[in-house]
Amino acid sequence: MSIGHTLLGLLESGPRHGYDLKRAFDEKFGHDRPLHYGQVYSTMSRLLKHGLVEVDGIEAGGGPERKRYAITDAGVTDVEQWLATPEKPEEYLQSTLYTKVVLALLTHRDATDILDTQRAEHLRSMRILTDRKRKGDLADQLICDHALFHLEADLRWLELTAARLDKLRAEVVAK
Amino acid sequence: MNVRQWCRDLGMGARFALTGGREGWVRMLLTAVGVGLGVALLLLTTALPHILTARDRVEDARQDFSASYDTAKAENSLLVAVTDTQWHDKNIRGRLLEPEGSRAPLPPGVGRFPAKGEMVASPALKRLLSSDGAELLRERIPYRITGTIGDDGLIGSRELAYYAGAEDLAPHSVGARVTRLTAFGNPNPSPERADPVLILMTLVVFVALLTPVAVFIAAAVRFGGERRDRRLAALRLVGSDSRMTRRIAAGEALAGSLLGLAVGAVLFLIGRQVAGSVEVMGESFFPNYLDPSPTLVALVAVAVPSAAVLVTLLAMRGVVVEPLGVVRTAKPPRRRLWWRLLVPLAGLAMLYPMIGKGRRNGDFNQYLVTGGVLLLLVGVTALLPWLVEAFVARLGGGGVSWQLAVRRLQLSSGTAARMVNGIAVAVAGAIALQMLFAGVEGQYTRDTGQDPRRAQMEVDLSGHTPLGAARAEFAGAKGVRTSVALSTGQVGGKRREPDLTATVTVGDCAALREVARMPSCRDGDVFAVDNPYSDSEYQKELRPLMRPGARVWIDPTQGEARGREIAWTLPATVREATARKDSLQGDPSGLLVTPSALPAKALSTVNGHIYLRLDEAVPDAQEHVRTTTARIDPLAYSWTWAATEQSNRYASLRTGLFLGAVCVLALIGASLLVSQLEQLRERRKLLSSLLAFGTRRRTLGLSVLWQTAVPITLGLLLAATVGLTLGTVLLKLTATPVSVDWASVLSLTGAGAAVVLAVTLLSLPPLVRMMRPEGLRTE
Amino acid sequence: MTPPPGTLLAAENLRKAYGPTVALDGAEFSIHPGEVVAVMGPSGSGKSTLLHCLAGIVPPDSGSITYDGRELAGMSDAGRSALRRSEFGFVFQFGQLVPELTCVENVALPLRLNGTSRKAAERAALSWMERLEVDGLKDKRPGEVSGGQGQRVAVARALVTGPRVLFADEPTGALDSLNGERVMELLTDAARSTNAAVVLVTHEARVAAYSDREIVVRDGRSRDMERAV
Repeated sequence: MSIGHTLLGLLESGPRHGYDLKRAFDEKFGHDRPLHYGQVYSTMSRLLKHGLVEVDGIEAGGGPERKRYAITDAGVTDVEQWLATPEKPEEYLQSTLYTKVVLALLTHRDATDILDTQRAEHLRSMRILTDRKRKGDLADQLICDHALFHLEADLRWLELTAARLDKLRAEVVAK
Repeated sequence: MNVRQWCRDLGMGARFALTGGREGWVRMLLTAVGVGLGVALLLLTTALPHILTARDRVEDARQDFSASYDTAKAENSLLVAVTDTQWHDKNIRGRLLEPEGSRAPLPPGVGRFPAKGEMVASPALKRLLSSDGAELLRERIPYRITGTIGDDGLIGSRELAYYAGAEDLAPHSVGARVTRLTAFGNPNPSPERADPVLILMTLVVFVALLTPVAVFIAAAVRFGGERRDRRLAALRLVGSDSRMTRRIAAGEALAGSLLGLAVGAVLFLIGRQVAGSVEVMGESFFPNYLDPSPTLVALVAVAVPSAAVLVTLLAMRGVVVEPLGVVRTAKPPRRRLWWRLLVPLAGLAMLYPMIGKGRRNGDFNQYLVTGGVLLLLVGVTALLPWLVEAFVARLGGGGVSWQLAVRRLQLSSGTAARMVNGIAVAVAGAIALQMLFAGVEGQYTRDTGQDPRRAQMEVDLSGHTPLGAARAEFAGAKGVRTSVALSTGQVGGKRREPDLTATVTVGDCAALREVARMPSCRDGDVFAVDNPYSDSEYQKELRPLMRPGARVWIDPTQGEARGREIAWTLPATVREATARKDSLQGDPSGLLVTPSALPAKALSTVNGHIYLRLDEAVPDAQEHVRTTTARIDPLAYSWTWAATEQSNRYASLRTGLFLGAVCVLALIGASLLVSQLEQLRERRKLLSSLLAFGTRRRTLGLSVLWQTAVPITLGLLLAATVGLTLGTVLLKLTATPVSVDWASVLSLTGAGAAVVLAVTLLSLPPLVRMMRPEGLRTE
Repeated sequence: MTPPPGTLLAAENLRKAYGPTVALDGAEFSIHPGEVVAVMGPSGSGKSTLLHCLAGIVPPDSGSITYDGRELAGMSDAGRSALRRSEFGFVFQFGQLVPELTCVENVALPLRLNGTSRKAAERAALSWMERLEVDGLKDKRPGEVSGGQGQRVAVARALVTGPRVLFADEPTGALDSLNGERVMELLTDAARSTNAAVVLVTHEARVAAYSDREIVVRDGRSRDMERAV
């Protein structure tokens, strides 16, 4: 899962302080594993270096240094690309997919596209596996079947999520 | 088995029937109407013998034939003259009454003797006389109506009858048309014994109409069976055992049949009332003639619901209702022929001993007749499933629609046979009945020897009006073209109790030429005529009476009937003449005499006949003649000539029977349609998928047609065979020559086929609707 | 817009409503000869309706369907029936075999509908049953064979006329994985060998994996995933 892309995506709705970014991330995606401040700052400096974000201003006064970050056009394009690129069909990638869907919803992009793209990618893998299975021996068949069943599970998740997008949007935007 | 348990389960089933929603109601209504029609028919048919006895009682009570010729005039005597007439094709019973003393007997239904010029009439005659277009009848029966004949003097609500007052009837008794009575009614009524053939026919009608009704009731209680089975499966799932389930199913049928009893009672009451107000085959009767006996009513009320329960329990035996659905007992064993053949054969065996019995040899054994007819008809339902199975198993080839139909029949020939069973039984019974009626009718049809081309009407005068005067009147009557007047009398070789008598036919030369061919003829001639068409031995014996110069007596005394005994010596020349084949007079053999050759006083002893040729262009010519007859000589008989004489009762009875059979067929057709639609609905998905891969609707429609046409053809063939067999046996029973009335066989089987065709046609629109692609949708 | 060259069957902007229920709302579709296209989507999304429209079983309310250069919408019911008889084949989820005909008679049925003699039709039917490994069932009735066998019989029946398009609506819907896969293998192999296009309606990814390409139908609208990517 790419934290950089996630933070970039969060910035798309408007400039934020590093602290705000951490809070937003934790709220939406952190669940039981909150982000370290250090992780936020190192990621942001990497993004700054690549020109994907810029410093919008520094809040003067009390406490540690508080930089406000804003996303650049290059940053928006980067998010765009990331969302559009299907994940390599693998086991347990739902957290990345979930992040992508939520980000798309947050940034008012078409989440269905993400799901459909992913589904197409999954199916492509399944076709390859199916093809191999048809040509291979029993061992091949068993191995391919294992992968196929996992991919199928992902695909079912994709279907289910697609069917629940409206509900998810309402929940994510309300927070 | 626990009675309470039974009652509970039956009650539960009945409740299901009542609360089954719209579909449940439709099902129950169909059952109820089916059972109701059956019950009404049952009650009406069983009342039939009662009608006959009720009518016989009235007929007996008002009978006015005198037992003897020599009843003396007394304080309690009454003169009665018969003045029956016809109005178009309706018979009118007419009597002239002249009481000879204060204690003269009154006919039943009449409270007071009508005075001369007055009459008491039946309500129907009253209506007829006051109707438009009845002027000729009013002229014929010109009496003033002063009263009404009561119901106890009439044999039906529509009977046309009157009693008119008269005077001076006695002189007319010369013509023996006036009877002196001291009491009405058959003085020595024969013990009530109906004609055995009539009883036989009643029984056969009963069985032949009721067997299909029973088959129908059996089918009716199974209406909507498929859905019911599904409901029962649901009951099984929640824990009812298979016996309970069967009883619940029986309870549903019970509810329908109970409702059917009520419907039947209502239909019967309506039918009774309707029957009382209509005229069937020129006869009518009163509603109370149709009262069935209480025992019978009780029997029907108990038997019908019990039968419904039994039929359902039996039908459910082949069905195993499992919690998850209905399983028809898997592949039934191949049907066996032998016991199926036994059923009709047993029927034949029961009837066989009575063959040739006829009406003279006492009563038929009613149980054997009923049992035999029943077994023969039920044999149809036993044989048909076997026949259908054996036949379709050999079928093959043909187009797609044929293949689809044949395969379906092969898989479920039982269902197919059940569907047409009712129709086959109805047709078989009706064919047998038609044959019986047609055959018995033949006994009542005979050659009259009359040739309607030679004369259309004949009037037999009573004797008080001179023949010449009467003829002159007819010559001027409306509708009469020409007339021939002939008189007939008897001559004997002795004054009293002659061994032989010959007929004397008196008429002018022109009239005599209508009966025989003679080389020449002048007034004063006498001819002897042999009839080449009758018994020559007998004619030889008569010859001495016709020798020239023979001495004979005109109107000799014979038994109680005193004659005038006028001596007559035949002239010296008696010439020979030959009877015409188309003689106006039935058998002209004997003496033909021109008027002046006969002693003058003998003229009053002969009976005058006037043969009339009508002008067919004049409307109601016959009615004009009858009215003229009544005016000239109220006691004269007039009748219309016909080549054959046949009581049209049987013709209309056959029509009625045909209609009854058609009604039964239509009823069965309705049940066929219901089950057909049910089957189609079950196959909706299959039909849609067949449509998807391009099957023409026509192909499927045709396959539905074949599917019904094949079993029905077999059914009708079997029905025709059994019907003809039964008909033949019945005719042999009544000792009637066997002849097949192919027209009615064809019309009845045609009606059966028409029903099936109609059912197929009616099921086509729903079939087309079901074949929509929407049927493919699973959502 | 005319379909791209080489397209066998194409649909543009299809609309179809059953009463107030909109089943298709601007759906598109295209398929090449020899191609297997999966139509996926949730229940009630309109994928079966799309198949019914494409196969000329139901006429769409609007939009165009071209098959081999001919416009289906302009054809009469009889014309479309004839097309289905000769050019298309069908496999459904269940309830499609005539229960009273034997398996070989069922397979021969479409040929017989086209007027082929019974003998020739059953000979052809038997060779297809061999290919689908169900020739041993020829004299059995559908009620006596298993679901997977029945479905293979159905596939044989769909292919017996040598259709150019095979429409399969949830062909494995009533089967377990193993039987389902076997049916799909045989179906796609057979279709490929005759260069028939297959329109495969399914909601199962593992079945759709036998396709070359999939389109997704959602709320009556279709999405061609190849073009989208």
